[in-house]
Order: sequence, then structure tokens, then C-alpha cells
Amino acid sequence: MDNNKKTTFSLIPADSRILVVLPHPDDEAFSLSGTLAKHIAGGGQVTYACLTLGEMGRNMGIPPFTNRIGLPTIRKGELEKSAQAIGIQDLRMLGFHDKTIEFEVKEVLDGTIYDMIVELKPALIVTFSPGYSVHPDHDATGAAVVRAVERLPQAERPLLHTMAFSKNCYAELGQPDIENDVSDYLENKMKSIQAHRSQFQAVEMLGQNPLKDKEIKERFGKERFWTHQI
Amino acid sequence: MLLIEPTLIQQRIDDLQDQDLYIHLEMTTGAYAAHLDSTKHPAATFISNATLRYIHGSISGEGPYRVGLKTELGWVYSEGLTHYEETEQERLILAGHDTQGKLVVALQLSKEPF
Repeated sequence: MDNNKKTTFSLIPADSRILVVLPHPDDEAFSLSGTLAKHIAGGGQVTYACLTLGEMGRNMGIPPFTNRIGLPTIRKGELEKSAQAIGIQDLRMLGFHDKTIEFEVKEVLDGTIYDMIVELKPALIVTFSPGYSVHPDHDATGAAVVRAVERLPQAERPLLHTMAFSKNCYAELGQPDIENDVSDYLENKMKSIQAHRSQFQAVEMLGQNPLKDKEIKERFGKERFWTHQI
Repeated sequence: MLLIEPTLIQQRIDDLQDQDLYIHLEMTTGAYAAHLDSTKHPAATFISNATLRYIHGSISGEGPYRVGLKTELGWVYSEGLTHYEETEQERLILAGHDTQGKLVVALQLSKEPF
């Protein structure tokens, strides 16, 4: 693969469907929300299948404003708010339990993803890169998507783009071959990030002083993905 | 206690599947955590001799290990497991110890109450 030549999502037909498969509410916000907003603005469809409600998250706000019992409802609301900020037409909460994806019965997990692919026939699937995405739920989700796509005949397989952020991801995967300029969609992206109020402390995330437009553009204006060859 | 050998533990987990069991599940930072270092947050929680029947279970990770047990309506999850008790044949005794050897987490399964 020629890493010097960056491609973009313009390879995906403007009116096509993207299927996003991620395990936790907020997984979409930092790395993907601008890309999705851009695709939707161009007439595309997005289905976001979120596997869990992030109900085992440890962040409850400072001071805490919820607990283990209340967290799933809070995070469900935050996910809906984020999807709305992005413009996602089809948000699906698949009802798996946070922290358990790697232990889930493979036939159940893979079958759920496979059925969605058959139903939606997406041109592109975006998920986490198995083995390079730090959280066990992330790696297990990516691996399940790969297995589900592999079940399809070669000619029917959608493109697969992955996100990765482990310490060794650049050394082992090389540089991402997709770089998407989302600077025109930063309003959607910042609203998506801010929707996940229980997970992100504004000061921790953005610093004490409000970021200037230029700083936001530099930090959040590009989203990068690896094409996963199957 | 011996260091966990995941293939062996997976076999033990499989052997106990689909049976009425008693579980002890515990995690603790130790009663003296805040006493010894005021920046530490003391936390401990356990459930002992709750009854459990799981329909699917597995051990995962490179060590420390994670175990997930799927029940009819929910899950049991434990992370940070390092050791098992090799002298136990009927019961599965798993524990996680820190670098100083102190117990941080415990997951125990038995056909009889503990």
C-alpha cells in the first residue's frame, strides 16, 4: 500500500450506507463523528450499531452525579444526543453488556453483525482494528466484524476501515492510508464529544481555557483510518 | 497458589458450566489503603455464597487474566486474576495478587457453600 497517497471517503459513493460497529457510547466521538457528519451531509446513510451502553464505565462525573444503577440510562441518553449531533439516521443499541464482548458466545455476536450486513448492504463498515485498540471490548468488536465479513462471498464484502490507537499501532500497521478532512464539520464533532458528559470532563479534555477555532481545527480537523484487507 | 495456566482454568470453567454453584467474588484495595497513603481511595466489595448458574464461561487475556461468566439474565466479570489454588479439585479458587503479594481480587466457585 502506498502510504504517501492519502485517499478519502470520496471513494464511497455519496448516497451509500456506512455501517459503524463500536462497543461503547462515545467510541464514535473523537475519531469518527466528523467523517460521519460529512458523509451524511453528502446524502449518505449511516447506521451506528453500538454494542453496549458502557454501563461499567468508572466515570460518574466530579462530583459523582450517577452510579452503577443509573449509568446505563445516562449513557443511553448521551449516545442519542451524540447521534443527533452527527445526523445519524439509524442508531441501534444492540444490548450487549459492557466489558463482556470478548466473552460473548461467538455465534451470537458474529451472527448479529452478519445479519445487519446482509440487511443493510453497506458500502463501508467502520470498526476498531483487532489487536490494536487497547480496550478488550474494542479488539473483540473489531475481530467479530472481521469474522462476520469473512462469511460473505468475496464479491459481496464491503470495504472495511478500522481505527487504532495502541502504542504499537503505527509500528505494526504503518500509517493510516485514509485521511479525511472534516474541518467543515467540527461543530457536529464538538457537539458529539460534548454529548458524552458523564465520560469526559471538559477541563481534562479541552484545558482550562476555551479552545480557539484554529486549535480545534488542528486537533480535531482530520480523521484517519486503516483499510483492513480481508 | 500457582500462577494461572489459562488452558487448565478454561477446562475447569467448562466443567462447572450449567450447574447450581456458590460464588464468592471480591475486590479490595485493603482496609489500610487510605491509612497508609491519604491519596488512596479505600474501596472493597464482596459477595459471598450467592448462588449462580452460568451457561457459558471463559478466561481471557495475557495475564493478569479476565474471566467472564454468562448467566441466563446477566454476567459475572472479574479482572486482574493471577493465581489459582492447585490443591483444590472440587472448587475453583482464583485470585489476583499485586506485586507485594497482597490480594486485590478473588473469584471462587463451588458446588458447596464456602
